[in-house]
Amino acid sequence: MTGISKRFGPVQALRDVGITVRAGTVHALVGENGAGKSTLMKILAGVYQPDTGAIEIGGREHCFASPAQALEAGISMIYQELDLAEHLTVAENIFLGAEPRGRLPFTVSHKHMAAQAAELAQRFSFDIDPAAKVEDLATGDCQIVEVLKALRHNASILVMDEPTSSLSEREAKRLFEVVRRLRREGLALVYISHRLEEIIDLADEVSVLRDGLLVHCEHAAKLDIPKIVHYMVGRELTDFFPTRTAQIGDGLVQVQGLSSEAGIRDISFEVRRGEIVGMAGLVGAGRTEVARAIFGVDKRTAGQVILDGRELNIGSPADAIASGIALLTEDRKRTGLCIELPCSWNITLPNLGHIGFKPFIKPSRESRIAEEAGSRMAVKWSSPQAPAGSLSGGNQQKLLIARWLLANSRFMIFDEPTRGIDVGAKTEVYGLLNKLAEEGKAILFISSELPELFGIADRILVMRRGQLVGNLVTKQTTPEEVMHLAAVAERTL
Amino acid sequence: MNKFVRQLLPFGTLTLLIVALSALEPDTFLTTQNFSNVLSRSSYSGIIAMGMTAVIISGGIDLSVGSMMALSGMIAGLVMTQHGSVIPTPGLMVLGTLVGMGMGLLCGLLNGSLITLLDLPPFIVTLGTMSAFRGISYVINKGMMFDVPTYTFLGEGKIADVPVNVLIFLIIVLAAFFLLRYTPLGRYTYAIGSNRQAAYHAGVNVKRNLIAVYAITGLFVGIAAMIATSRTVSAQPTAGISLELDVIAAVVIGGASLSGGRGTVIGTIIGTLLISFLRNGCTLLGISTNIQLVVIGAIIIGAVALDQAARAKAETA
Ligand SMILES: Nc1ncnc2c1ncn2[C@@H]1O[C@H](COP(=O)(O)OP(=O)(O)OP(=O)(O)O)[C@@H](O)[C@H]1O
Ligand SMILES: [Mg+2]
Repeated sequence: MTGISKRFGPVQALRDVGITVRAGTVHALVGENGAGKSTLMKILAGVYQPDTGAIEIGGREHCFASPAQALEAGISMIYQELDLAEHLTVAENIFLGAEPRGRLPFTVSHKHMAAQAAELAQRFSFDIDPAAKVEDLATGDCQIVEVLKALRHNASILVMDEPTSSLSEREAKRLFEVVRRLRREGLALVYISHRLEEIIDLADEVSVLRDGLLVHCEHAAKLDIPKIVHYMVGRELTDFFPTRTAQIGDGLVQVQGLSSEAGIRDISFEVRRGEIVGMAGLVGAGRTEVARAIFGVDKRTAGQVILDGRELNIGSPADAIASGIALLTEDRKRTGLCIELPCSWNITLPNLGHIGFKPFIKPSRESRIAEEAGSRMAVKWSSPQAPAGSLSGGNQQKLLIARWLLANSRFMIFDEPTRGIDVGAKTEVYGLLNKLAEEGKAILFISSELPELFGIADRILVMRRGQLVGNLVTKQTTPEEVMHLAAVAERTL
Repeated sequence: MNKFVRQLLPFGTLTLLIVALSALEPDTFLTTQNFSNVLSRSSYSGIIAMGMTAVIISGGIDLSVGSMMALSGMIAGLVMTQHGSVIPTPGLMVLGTLVGMGMGLLCGLLNGSLITLLDLPPFIVTLGTMSAFRGISYVINKGMMFDVPTYTFLGEGKIADVPVNVLIFLIIVLAAFFLLRYTPLGRYTYAIGSNRQAAYHAGVNVKRNLIAVYAITGLFVGIAAMIATSRTVSAQPTAGISLELDVIAAVVIGGASLSGGRGTVIGTIIGTLLISFLRNGCTLLGISTNIQLVVIGAIIIGAVALDQAARAKAETA
């Protein structure tokens, strides 16, 4: 790709960017949120058309008017935002638009489809049920479906936009094996991620984008994380994790014997004022389900939640919010944002009551409040009135964090809060968690990235198959022990 | 900016239409009499369209509004005439009006409750109630209408030279505008239509909100029913047949999206007026009602196609 530029209204997303991806290599694309990574790749995949510039593949110049055309030229892409047909099964999603034909004309052979899907999953050793409905899947499994969907095309160029953002370490490792295998098979791979360890591990070449400009391109062997960060943010970033300064007080939240219809069983733990409690586990271990049960999304079948000594009777998220609980959900597209509505509306949505907008909303004050909340998270937007969907993936995440900061709850649950946000912003989020803890809030921090759990949490809870199997003090444990508990150990409590 | 241009599109079409008609039929079209007529005639469908706007923004649809209007009118007629036995007295007229409005509210509550409590698609529920409401309207007086010769205030009455029904229309428009823009109810309605799951996780009481939206629509239909009854000085079981299509068309021409999350009161007003003036113009130009149907159909498709093209451009440019 050479000389690519692209404008969205007032935003110059890309400026004269050129990259070269060689067959049989992994080319990593890194940069801060909104740097233009996704936009560049969407141009390659035919989603957007560039204002200037050209795409050349194997010596031939191409100009894609649609993703279908790009696919024909051998380009397949895994998009950052999950985009599956919720009511269809895994197999149907994988083969959407190319269903195996049945014996009669115009029919689909469901048997063949399921078999082929199973075979595909097995070939890349992913563990997924082809007959499951996508709406019943956890976010991590959805991502695996997206991966399989892209792999099905046998493309010669495969673009992966943050494919690991909601996978746990184990699934991510599987994906890396797949990537390495495809590289051996001679594919040209583009890999976008904010997890820089992955980049060092996996990539042959690294290109760094900043504010729509290509600022650096080098062999991965000659780079290390501090160097990449330096190119990304244009300055040194020291102290990735803040020094924990919060005073841990008395217990604020007690969860006792919590079970839910979603399959978690007998979960008990406590979170104290000023404490950050991490929660680890594999995809499907039930971490998100614990959060959902506390927040009133899934029906509780047993147990209770006690906040500040008072037993809560929560039947819906509305009750939970009113009781002083916040939940940043893991899937911003499904359960987070209203993408066609303005950013400001998205920020104030759960907060209309306590910012004094009941019974009446005051638009000018709303803009001001949203602006403030957004700037606290350094959200990059053209204006608070811009639709939330026009923000880059990471900025959408920041927008949601800003929303819950405004809610000022006493107990805050963050489910994968750093999903898809850049290193600089991650550091900000860690700092923010620390600050919230300092204010005396209790924080439950669910994450699939062990380093961040070890970097910020005071204690780490480990979930496995719907049960709590570990409750460890961070300083007295190791990542190995946590992984061991998450993957194999029997219940130790 | 682009959003602004899109908003202007139906408005521009409306202006163009009015200018064209003024040029073609200056003597009959460009009179206060004619304008007041057109406004008065669009008042009841316009009032219903205000409710429909909220319903469509919430991601739903209400096919039952036409039948609901007939039912509300018939119940009101029943009360006013004491089952056809008397000429309505002022007291009975007031009572009947309140009962008719209440009936609309009740029907709306029924729609909303069925949709949320049984978790059924709005299309199905209101398709069902559309049939049921119509049936009951016929049963009430064995398919006959109620004459209410003295009930003229809403249909013909004027306050300071402005038709009463146009005034009511204006009040409802202001109320709907205010509701959608300045109250949590309106905000939640947009959020539910845009992403129901996200709204729920943000603490929106989705069910209660949806019931309110359908109930308010019902109330508006009740009010419209009284105006329609008064305009014809009779409550007719056949009132409002296929009215839902006109109303939905007005909302969609006004830029609302049937998949929810988008729509404005201003857009719907423009959509309503566009259809009314088109009808009026066709009549003045001597174009048959059959051709009118074709023209309106073309306008609906054209408006939505243009809107979509503008939107696609705004998204990539
Ligand atoms: N459809 C769109 N309409 C308007 N602006 C857009 C659109 N898509 C992207 N942008 C803007 O273009 C810029 C680059 O966005 P892009 O999604 O490429 O960032 P990114 O590098 O992928 O970031 P992230 O790491 O957060 O995913 C951002 O400022 C974004 O707001
Ligand atoms: Mg991106």
